[in-house]
Amino acid sequence: MSYGVKQKYHAMQAWFLTDTPASAFQAKAGHVYTRLLVFKSNQLAILGLLIVVMLLVTALFAPLIAPYDPLATDLANRLQPLSSEHWFGTDEMGRDIFSRIIWGARLTLYVVGLVAIIAAPVGILVGTIAGYHGGWLDTVLMRITDIFLAFPKLILALAFVAALGPGIENAIIAISITSWPPYARIARAETITIRNSVFIDAIRVQGAGPLRIVIRHIMPLCLSSLIVRVTLDMAGIILTAAGLGFLGLGAQPPSPEWGAMTSSGRSYILDHWWLITMPGLAIFVVSLAFNLLGDGLREVLDPKGEN
Amino acid sequence: MTTQNADTPLLEVADLNITFPSPKGDTQALHHVSFSMGRQKLGIVGESGSGKSITGRAILKLLPSTAKIDAKKIVFNGIDIQNATEKEMRQVRGRQIAMVMQDPKYSLNPVMKVGDQIAEAFLTHTRASRKLARDATITMLKAVRIRNPERVYHLYPHEVSGGMGQRIMIAMMLIPKPKLLIADEPTSALDVTVQLQVMAILDDLVTDRGMGLIFISHDLNLVASFCDQVIIMYGGRIMEICEAKTLHNSTHPYTKGLINCLPDITQSIDFLPTLERDEVWLKD
Amino acid sequence: MSKIRLNVRLTKKLKSMLRLFIIVATTFLGLLLVTFLIGRVVPIDPVLAVVGDKASAEVYERARQELGLHLPIYQQFWIYIVKILKGDFGKSVLTANLVLDDIIRVFPATFELAIVATFIGVITGIPLGVISAVKRGSWIDQVTRVGGLFGYSLPIFWLGLMGLMFFYAKLGILPGPGRIDVFYEGIIEPVTGVILVDSLLAGEVDIFYNALYHIILPALLLAYYSLAYISRMTRSFMLEQLRQEYILTARVKGVPEWKVIWKHALGNCAIPLITVVALSFANLLEGSVLTETVFSWPGLGLYLTRSLLNADMNAVLGATLVVGTIFLTFNLFSDFLYRVFDPRAR
Repeated sequence: MSYGVKQKYHAMQAWFLTDTPASAFQAKAGHVYTRLLVFKSNQLAILGLLIVVMLLVTALFAPLIAPYDPLATDLANRLQPLSSEHWFGTDEMGRDIFSRIIWGARLTLYVVGLVAIIAAPVGILVGTIAGYHGGWLDTVLMRITDIFLAFPKLILALAFVAALGPGIENAIIAISITSWPPYARIARAETITIRNSVFIDAIRVQGAGPLRIVIRHIMPLCLSSLIVRVTLDMAGIILTAAGLGFLGLGAQPPSPEWGAMTSSGRSYILDHWWLITMPGLAIFVVSLAFNLLGDGLREVLDPKGEN
Repeated sequence: MTTQNADTPLLEVADLNITFPSPKGDTQALHHVSFSMGRQKLGIVGESGSGKSITGRAILKLLPSTAKIDAKKIVFNGIDIQNATEKEMRQVRGRQIAMVMQDPKYSLNPVMKVGDQIAEAFLTHTRASRKLARDATITMLKAVRIRNPERVYHLYPHEVSGGMGQRIMIAMMLIPKPKLLIADEPTSALDVTVQLQVMAILDDLVTDRGMGLIFISHDLNLVASFCDQVIIMYGGRIMEICEAKTLHNSTHPYTKGLINCLPDITQSIDFLPTLERDEVWLKD
Repeated sequence: MSKIRLNVRLTKKLKSMLRLFIIVATTFLGLLLVTFLIGRVVPIDPVLAVVGDKASAEVYERARQELGLHLPIYQQFWIYIVKILKGDFGKSVLTANLVLDDIIRVFPATFELAIVATFIGVITGIPLGVISAVKRGSWIDQVTRVGGLFGYSLPIFWLGLMGLMFFYAKLGILPGPGRIDVFYEGIIEPVTGVILVDSLLAGEVDIFYNALYHIILPALLLAYYSLAYISRMTRSFMLEQLRQEYILTARVKGVPEWKVIWKHALGNCAIPLITVVALSFANLLEGSVLTETVFSWPGLGLYLTRSLLNADMNAVLGATLVVGTIFLTFNLFSDFLYRVFDPRAR
């Protein structure tokens, strides 16, 4: 870095880190900056973030990145080991495994994204309403939450898929139904802590109604611990989805879903280890990435680790 | 090995400096602290953050491992504390030097019976049967004026009041018969009436056993009335060492400032002064 | 005077027990409702499943009445509750047995697996967690944490397959899928259903060793996940305890450091750890679904997946309900244990 740039950088740092901020904006900016520094120092979290970004990029640009059509069979070339033409080898139908994994990233992202979009808002809503209202509504909502928490996630998802039939959309619904309860619990716990604080009283005195209070003031404060929890959960959601795929209950063949790929490769495990190793590694790497990212976010956003 | 005679001080600390590393750079918590004491009651007074507690912990070498200790001399009863190994320190702790902490709610093990905790202090330094330890514990509980010691033995810390908890703490710390007791704000968490009871017990025990006592507190009046000598600390530095009797006539500006801040019920003043801090006091 | 105090205490205890009972009852009722509703969501017409699609309108209507499907839904639910409480989970389409009988038959295999796995998880996880906390930042800490992290990221079915591939296929030192070798099957009378126990009771040491060899790989697989969880929680609890002031007191007393850690600090972790172990055991029920599929282990998990793939809804819902109930029971049990052992909660 040239000297001039370095000077500017130091000046900017000083502005962020000053002990006497001149405005609320400066104080807030400094706060964010310090937290970013903490995050940056956690190399593993950065690694996690990079992998997640890579997942996004891969999913978005799958048609450009994948060398072969993931569904194109080539029985003459089946069960080929790793080579320069087929980086991850070919499967039992002669399909290029590398391409299938690339396209499988789309499915993974689809599942994870939709589950998060469905489960998190439901959970937050239930939790904040229960926490803020208290009384009978709280009891009822928490009973319902506990009932769903009483089932192990995979098993409840299995039961739902059994009823609805296999398929990736049904799998998403099933997983979402099992994912929202923890968010409700967290949101409720935070709401109860916050609702008794003085500033809520102040807002109420100003005439705000309960809906406004919950949405505008309480929900944003729950966000940080929820973001951490959702990110960490994504790892588990990927594993559950892969588990369902392994059992044949997720995306149906010939979809390149990573769990299903592992299952179909089972019979060939002895001499063609790449059929299950590659998709398994993909699941592992992405799940690990979300865990690392979530841990890093937790250090920054929820250091007391109450959740 | 002790080379103790009537003239040798019990504890000698010379030029003690303690530094803590932090992301923003090192913070020096103690600056050139030096003092010595015999079998007397020494008080250390100061505000929060003045370094009084750290001084106590340093003598026992129970600072966090990140702390950097740099001193010319820390000698207790002929033992070189500064260069002592952990193993040697474990012989010193409890047996030679003990410490009573502020709040028995936190300083007692919540899942152990209080009697067992006292017995443990006994058994750590004496080979004895459990029965002997129990008896010694009961005797000690009586010494701190707890009625029904047999019943109290089996209680858990959350089942006893603050005053009783502190007396249990004292019993636990004095049962191995140490030569020096460090009391770090022992009465600050107690009600005023209970404070006096506990102070009285401490006074009697320390005098009877001919022990040294370091009494750390923020309460100037309490320290002045209780101790023989007083050290005033501020910003990790010793401002003044003086006899308790002459404390109120002190000429040091910080000490005078502290004394002036104390409300006095016999005087009628319009305006309670606040302490004007002078940066000069923080210069080495 | 003391009689009044006794009365007050009794009513307090009764009240809290009543509250607990209500919670258990409503949650269980909720479990039943969920499984009932799932059963109703099935897109296949259950009547057609029984009579076939060539039946006449009369036969169809009669079957429908017999199945109780003409009744209002809350009445159907009531009938369902009564049935379940009597133990009638219906018949399995696949095995033609009563589902309850099937479940009783397969459950011990899962139980055996979960117990062995939890045991291994506890005796390795707790010490690792303690050492991790005490020697924070050391290589043991790093390895344990990374290992634990992997435990939250590795797909269990994949790891199981990898294990089979290495130890069975490539190295040949551990046996393949199944609970015992085929020619040992059916020799000993099932007393508890747990082969490890039954074989010893029958004095068949060969069978015991064979069963042990078969259980090692799946148990280690599950134990890994149990270890990851237990060591992480132990580390977390220990770090919290080591910050407390009573630890300083113990050191001031001159208590040797190992005692400070293993007696004082760990002693204060013991109670929440009991909860953790109970939960870990319950969580293994979930892990067993995929593990049993990979290792062809004839337990509840395999039963569930086989029934699922054959659209045997009675079996699926029966198994789900059983697992849910066990899960619920364990959660409550661990809460109960907490109360029993914590002197502060008494």
